[in-house]
Amino acid sequence: MTEDEIRVRVIKTLSGIVPELDPGQLKPAVSLRDQLDVDSMDFLNFLIALHGEFGVDVPEADAPKLGTIDACVGYLAQALRQRAQA
Amino acid sequence: MPRLGADMTAGKVVKWLKQPGERIQRGDVIAIVETDKANVDVESFIAGVLEKILVEPGDERLPVGTPLALIRAEGAAEPVAPAAPVAAARAVTPAPIPSAAIPLAAVPAAVVPPAPGERARISPAARKRALELRLDAAALTGTGPEGRVTLADVERAAQAGQAAPATQVAPTAQAAPAARAEPSPADAAAARQLRMREAIANSMSRSKREIPHYYLACTIDMGRAMAWLAERNAGRAVTDRLIYAVLLIKAAALALREVPELNGFWIDNRAQQSEAIHAGIAISLRGGGLVAPALHHADQRSLDDLMRGFQDLVKRARAWSLKSSEMADPTVTITSLGDRGVESVFGIITPPQLALVGFGTPLERPWVVGGQVVPRPLLTATLSGDHRATDGHRGALFLAAVDRLLQQPEAL
Repeated sequence: MTEDEIRVRVIKTLSGIVPELDPGQLKPAVSLRDQLDVDSMDFLNFLIALHGEFGVDVPEADAPKLGTIDACVGYLAQALRQRAQA
Repeated sequence: MPRLGADMTAGKVVKWLKQPGERIQRGDVIAIVETDKANVDVESFIAGVLEKILVEPGDERLPVGTPLALIRAEGAAEPVAPAAPVAAARAVTPAPIPSAAIPLAAVPAAVVPPAPGERARISPAARKRALELRLDAAALTGTGPEGRVTLADVERAAQAGQAAPATQVAPTAQAAPAARAEPSPADAAAARQLRMREAIANSMSRSKREIPHYYLACTIDMGRAMAWLAERNAGRAVTDRLIYAVLLIKAAALALREVPELNGFWIDNRAQQSEAIHAGIAISLRGGGLVAPALHHADQRSLDDLMRGFQDLVKRARAWSLKSSEMADPTVTITSLGDRGVESVFGIITPPQLALVGFGTPLERPWVVGGQVVPRPLLTATLSGDHRATDGHRGALFLAAVDRLLQQPEAL
């Protein structure tokens, strides 16, 4: 999966949690919490939805590493690469 | 039109999910109704057959109490004659809601049509205008034939501020329905925002007008609870984790068992305790507004079960999709403003409830344990109580119980 494909699927997953999300307005490097008013429950639901979409389980300790769209894409790309190599 | 929440005055039928002739079980979702706060799945409170749909989906906002459909109750021998809606409704009313002690639910105006006489007391044009102006048509004085309320009566009442206008509707809001053009999604969202603000304004103004609040706060050492939670979550899949708010909800619900007079409603000048503890969880909506649907029987559910229920509730609240029982049932409200670092919240009680429990953020602070100053995550728990129903002493016992329960997180 390319990073662009991952990005598209991350944004689609996020829009399931934030229905009013406008992908065109999304700033990939700004924290989701600040730009979308995502709270801890939304964020957990987002991680669960990512797990469903990519099959990647984010350990609790890693959760802060997925604060922006860019960070999500990077984290997932790496996790998927590691899985492919394993 | 059922009352889906204490502050609801009117709603729109968005969609019917059952057709005439279909069998309905108690709890089946029969229609979707748009209130000021959500699109609500309306659940049937009886079993039977959907006899007739009286209101087609549409833009009209119908006052609470407007009959929407006739349901022939299970075992009712006579099919419902359309000419006898009142009798039909009687057949339908028994066994409305599990506990008669829950007055909100005991507004089964849901399916009860007004008597034919009442119906005729206002002209259609006047009814429509009263709706637009959000006037309570039943409270208007009629000067027409046989005391019938006319359009002129409505206009006069509006000017005089009679009939307790439910809200002062902003001019734009009145203009919108008249235009009748298909609203864009953005306009619809803006209109919904406006109505939600009105609903909140009404409910909160009523609360501050009628309820003599008292406020209590206590500091709770969350060290044990947070450590227990971190240990429990480590190693668990993301689908299986808890957030600390669930511990707070469970602790508050269990504490209400010990001080039950905080759980229930103020109706007819007296407190009516509710045996069931249905925690209304305040959920803020992005873009503004909030809604506090029920986590049913919060005291009896496991933490995992509460977590799933809470997650589901947040997701649906933010997608404007809640169930009628969730909107109508809360016996107490719990608000946690912890997500953004707020230390304490002194909330306004949701009428006609008797209390509101507030939680701030657990923040690392110096605390004295065994004569030593140590850093601990401290959380401020607050109680807003209705002084007509309870006194500060009982409220203090409640907060003490919450504190005690949170010191034994494994037992929650």
